[in-house]
Amino acid sequence: MDLRTHYLGLELKNPLVPSSSPLSRDLDSAKKLEDAGAAALVMYSLFEEEISAEGEALDHLQNHQDLGHGEASSFLPAMDDYRTGLDSYLEQLTALKASLEIPVIASLNGISPSGWVENAKELEAAGADALELNVYYVAAHIEETAADVEARYLQLLSQLQEQVILPITLKLSPQFSSVGNMVRMLETNGADGVVLFNRFYQPSIDLDTLEVTRDLHLSTPAESLLAMRWIAILHGRVKLSLAATGGVHSGADALRMLLAGADVTYLCSVLLKNGPEHIKGMLTEVEEWMEAKEYDSVEQLKGSVSQKNSPDPAAFERANYIEILNSYPVPGA
Amino acid sequence: MAKRQMSTIDGNEAAAYIAHKTHEVIAIYPITPSSAMGEQADEWSARGRKNIWGTVPEVIEMQSEAGAAGTVHGALQKGALTTTFTSSQGLLLMIPNMYKIAGELTSTVFHVAARAIAAQGLSIFGDHADVMAARTTGFAMLASNSVQEVMDQALITQAATLEGRVPFIHFFDGFRTSHEMAKVEMVDDDCIRAMLDPELIRAHRSRGLSPEHPVLRGTSQNPDVYFQGRETVNPYYEKLPDIVQRAMDRFAKLTGRQYHLYQYHGAEDAEQVLILMGSGVETVAETVDHLCARGEKVGVLAVRLFRPLDSQRLVAALPTSTQHIAVLDRSKEPGANGEALYKDIMTAFGEHLSNSGKRFPAFPRIIGGRYGLGSKEFTPAMIKGIFDELRSKHPRNGFTVGIIDDLTANSLDWDPEFRTDATDNLMCAVFFGLGSDGTVSANKNSIKIIGEDTDAYAQGYFVYDSKKAGAVTISHLRFGSHPIRSSYLIGSHEAQFVACHQEIFLDRFEMLDEAAPDGVFLLNSTHSADTVWDSLPRTVQQNIITKKLRFYTIDAYQVAADSGMGRRINTVMQTCFFAISGVLPADEAIAEIKRAVESSYGKKGRRLVEMNFKAIDAAVEHLHQVTVPEQSSSRSEIRLPVAADAPDFVRQVTGEMIAGRGNALPVSKLPADGTYPLGTAAYEKRGLSLQIPVWEEDLCIHCGKCPFVCPHGVIRSKVFPAELVENAPPGFKHVPVKGKEFPPGMHISYQVAPEDCTGCNLCVEICPVRDKSESKRKALNMRPIEPILKTERENWDYFLSLPEYPREDVRWNTIKGSMLGETLFEFSGACSGCGETPYIKLATQLFGDRMIVANATGCSSIYGGNLPTTPYAANQEGRGPAWSNSLFEDNAEFGLGFRVALDEQQAYARDLVGRLRADIGENLATTLLDAEQSEEAGIHEQRQRIVELKKSLAKLDTEETRELNNVADALVRQSIWIMGGDGWAYDIGFGGVDHVLASGRDVNILVLDTEVYSNTGGQMSKATPRGAVAKFAAGGKRGGKKDLAMIAMAYENVYVANVAFGAKDIHTLRTFREAEAYPGTSLIIAYSPCIAQGIDLTRNLKQQELAVQSGHWSLFRYDPRLREKGKNPLQLDSKKPKIPFKDFAKTEMRYGILARANPQASNMLLEAAQSEVNQRYQRYTQLAANAPEKPETPAKNQE
Repeated sequence: MDLRTHYLGLELKNPLVPSSSPLSRDLDSAKKLEDAGAAALVMYSLFEEEISAEGEALDHLQNHQDLGHGEASSFLPAMDDYRTGLDSYLEQLTALKASLEIPVIASLNGISPSGWVENAKELEAAGADALELNVYYVAAHIEETAADVEARYLQLLSQLQEQVILPITLKLSPQFSSVGNMVRMLETNGADGVVLFNRFYQPSIDLDTLEVTRDLHLSTPAESLLAMRWIAILHGRVKLSLAATGGVHSGADALRMLLAGADVTYLCSVLLKNGPEHIKGMLTEVEEWMEAKEYDSVEQLKGSVSQKNSPDPAAFERANYIEILNSYPVPGA
Repeated sequence: MAKRQMSTIDGNEAAAYIAHKTHEVIAIYPITPSSAMGEQADEWSARGRKNIWGTVPEVIEMQSEAGAAGTVHGALQKGALTTTFTSSQGLLLMIPNMYKIAGELTSTVFHVAARAIAAQGLSIFGDHADVMAARTTGFAMLASNSVQEVMDQALITQAATLEGRVPFIHFFDGFRTSHEMAKVEMVDDDCIRAMLDPELIRAHRSRGLSPEHPVLRGTSQNPDVYFQGRETVNPYYEKLPDIVQRAMDRFAKLTGRQYHLYQYHGAEDAEQVLILMGSGVETVAETVDHLCARGEKVGVLAVRLFRPLDSQRLVAALPTSTQHIAVLDRSKEPGANGEALYKDIMTAFGEHLSNSGKRFPAFPRIIGGRYGLGSKEFTPAMIKGIFDELRSKHPRNGFTVGIIDDLTANSLDWDPEFRTDATDNLMCAVFFGLGSDGTVSANKNSIKIIGEDTDAYAQGYFVYDSKKAGAVTISHLRFGSHPIRSSYLIGSHEAQFVACHQEIFLDRFEMLDEAAPDGVFLLNSTHSADTVWDSLPRTVQQNIITKKLRFYTIDAYQVAADSGMGRRINTVMQTCFFAISGVLPADEAIAEIKRAVESSYGKKGRRLVEMNFKAIDAAVEHLHQVTVPEQSSSRSEIRLPVAADAPDFVRQVTGEMIAGRGNALPVSKLPADGTYPLGTAAYEKRGLSLQIPVWEEDLCIHCGKCPFVCPHGVIRSKVFPAELVENAPPGFKHVPVKGKEFPPGMHISYQVAPEDCTGCNLCVEICPVRDKSESKRKALNMRPIEPILKTERENWDYFLSLPEYPREDVRWNTIKGSMLGETLFEFSGACSGCGETPYIKLATQLFGDRMIVANATGCSSIYGGNLPTTPYAANQEGRGPAWSNSLFEDNAEFGLGFRVALDEQQAYARDLVGRLRADIGENLATTLLDAEQSEEAGIHEQRQRIVELKKSLAKLDTEETRELNNVADALVRQSIWIMGGDGWAYDIGFGGVDHVLASGRDVNILVLDTEVYSNTGGQMSKATPRGAVAKFAAGGKRGGKKDLAMIAMAYENVYVANVAFGAKDIHTLRTFREAEAYPGTSLIIAYSPCIAQGIDLTRNLKQQELAVQSGHWSLFRYDPRLREKGKNPLQLDSKKPKIPFKDFAKTEMRYGILARANPQASNMLLEAAQSEVNQRYQRYTQLAANAPEKPETPAKNQE
């Protein structure tokens, strides 16, 4: 069985890729992922806010301890040398590269077109095989137009391209008026892939304190269908790599994505819940299904049920909505 | 000679640089202004910087200067090259050891930033009182006059002590030299090696104690030989001047800088000569040059080697033409017929004469005088005044200069307009900044740019405020093509550039007084270039017009914000300075700033570099020259420093100090014994915050938490009959008070003192109420002050006029009730959001009207008692905390002194009441003696009895009744509080604290535990927790925090408690009341968040909560009275730690630094800290568990 696939110009041994998660912070876990069959590894994200907040805190410490009192010109000893979040990230990247055979994709997470993008250069130098740009952006200013938001993505992409020659993929939010057109524009501007879709951690309200809380909920397989729809629509219409993420928990989930046209499927919540070994089971499930259905290779099945290749292209569009509503059992009926 | 390496550094760094390179052991203790020497040495060692022999010097912080001296003595006795740095009281604590070190002929150099000694008041500033007090120890003493000299003499004295075996005090003026930044030539390692003879170092080492060649040193000697033994050292002292001079000559060959023990400068045929030591020499030399250029026959003799004084050399250094000499001492010896240097010079001349010396045709007339005490300015004008006096018919001996002494008429007059030629060749700049706005850092940076990247010379001196929140800094910068000798501030009409970095200062200081004609004035203002003129006070406009100043403005806060720099305006203002001052060509200067930014942030902070670059470019774009009208139009005036109706003393003395005119106060205006009135902070309306809390009376539940946490006593609650406020100002808010404990018809008001608020936000943070329909609206919300200032000012005045709620009716065990206690600690200059002050404020609310405070030196004595004002205040009846500060090290003993005196007075009063029983009435006598005073009601009644007693005593005029009248107040229960920080209680004052704990006497010890020495800038104490970084623990503290509470509990009869008001306010309240009521010694250890922990104080309350939740800080009370009731005295009041220690640690920079600098050490220490937390919790739980009954938890319903 040939499980190989191509993603961002890299040949991967199979389409299962652990996505950005704490598992990559620890060399042992990363090694376990590889042993369990992961085809590549997306590292945890280097956050723009983290870099800038740290920069500011350190700047404050090193350069702004003034209080204006004669007895104390400062309050903490200044550091001669120190390690930033970027340093630790680069060290971890180097270590992962040294101990893993599979490609390692570095992940940058940020929203503003500014200096932090330059960090990509160092990720490239440290041996990253590709870069994932996670634009975790909520367009909360209602004056901002859809075009403004789209321009932000394109600007970030072009800034990143100025820094590196590595393949670049963008992790997108589903909240575009036209997801397809957005992906097309990214492709036109040179993106090597997109990852569909980014999950925003949603704020909640604590009923005791009436404070807004930020909770982390792991994904569920039901969430994966949104990505699957868009991958199905995009497959064959764009040439860049397509990665599916969010809610891929089983071999079946992965297969659906591949059939829709994904080059790889990302895994996160399920690995956090079940551990790295879960990949092994998923691979077996994929292989068994392929065998039963007499597929030779992943390349063969990729996109075979995309909108373009499906006998029922309308199912991926609006018509689909009416059918589902009609089929929904009315309570009590 | 190798290439000269120039650096721009201050005097402390100059001394520390040589000391660190030439020693093996450095034992230290922080004290202003010498702390920076130890800090730098410690940082260098922590980074592995080596001495010239290739080892890293061990820098060890001790518990006091006495401890440091002991360790120095020991290390010297073991043969290590050992030094220390100190000042003032620190040097005094070293004196006993210094006699020993000198008596044993041990080579060492102590580097001293010379400072005043606390007398009628403490002064952190420079004079020679400390070194003069040590002049009999046997140490040689050598003075340095400038930053360059500090570096040079540090090495010369080291060479001399090794050869001569006599130890040295190498001293230089505190602040004026220790903190002055100047361009100096660095002494390189080759020079250091050439100066220090390895044979002498080996000899020093060989004299060290070793069992391989054992000796006995430090014997007790009997009358038969002690005297002779004392005389054995004479030859060493006799040879020393030659040795020092030879070292100076050797140094001159290596560096080209020639020094002499007694160095004359001036006219060869001088008739009038001044003799002095220290930084003043530089200013005199500058003045002498000016006068000589005008044909005057004057000169100056710098005394470098003060001990041993070489009379012959000294006399020989003077021109034979000398006719008049003024000897200037920077110290005072009350009652002596002259100060030390003067007397030594007189003796030198006396010896010369009595040995038939004929150097001078006639014995010169010699007078002595004092100058510059406590960093008083010493200017060319004053020096000219002394020369004028010398030429007068009857020059005054024992004069003073620099002050107006209208009491004893000793002071000399001077012409304030006098300037020297040096001024003409310098570019002078003065900057008014806020302590925290980075003005000082930016100026230091500018000096470095000019000093190190150009051929020009630069000098920087910074005048600081005594306040911590909203402190004003004034930077004085000079630039020139020659070394700068002006060791005095830039004066009136001298500054070609004046910058005001905060527009709020415009109406507080006459800042353009310093501006020179045709100079430049730069103002950071929110007004545009078109409208800024109208925002200026009249005198500022007038000065701009008359002096023909070029006036520039920029909205630096806007530029900073737009560049992503937040509120940091330093880069913006620095750029403006370079763009318009003309000190360097603008383009060149801006390129230099950018280079400096790159080297500061480098690779680690590209974003910061980018932001700074953006700010630099934007600064140039947004800097506008203002067209100056021909006439002033403003009607606003510089505001009065205090209200016009303030008491005379406050207006005439306090107000003048506030306005920055304290230098002009004559001697007669100041109290002779250092006693000052209370309540003066209330007059200093500082208007620090642009936002203040506004009370929403419809939402408020009257819980009292906001006044409880307010660090500045700004928000108050009062309960009063509704009918009383019928004529209140229309904006005055009040509502019926909630709670059955109040009689019907009572209203409550929460009122803010608008101009005293520092905007720390803690009151809003603690407010537990939220609007049901708009959850961000609390019962207190920060709102812009401008639209409400006028109304709130009126409301505040009205609020103060309302009567206090009767103390005897207050329900003190509730937060709400206790906050009706009048705040007698208000508007301190502590940092905005201070973690200490709420505890002190609480104590004054509970006990202030009968409280005596012994306050250890430290933050609490500075915000408590640093002139011009004090936050301690008297209540409406005129009663309040009586406050005093003795020293840092003796505070517990000092407070115990209050207790023993009070007990004695009480016993005498009781005895007299007994004796006068028949005269004053049996009933009154009995009730006076048996008065129950555990509650406010009892105290109130006793006070009334005393009024009655005094009335009857007035009628009976006998010796006994006069005596009783004199001591009767002691019959009211007074409350003695011994307060201070952890540096005092855990370290320097621990011996005293321990002794007082053991005494069992009724005093209350309050330890404001910030876990570092806060006042001197965050040095490690024994309260510093494991894994935290502090100065002197730059690599993270390895040991755990000392468990002071456990030590105190071991006495079993001490009330001991750990509190953290931000975690559990009711617990703090309950503890204070129990501790005070306890009829023995009480110890409250109060967790006090501090900026030195690397936190933003808006998180003050949150950090306390996290500290308790993580188990870093446990809440408990140990009440020995419970044992008598058969209960376990220890009650654990906080729950089992529920978050990991690292979750607390990650929120504080003191831990975060180490995680970034050395993650391995950080992980290891945080793990150890976690085990420590676990073990401590277990230990306390076990101790508390063995109770016969379950300990009750403190009133839960109050939380």
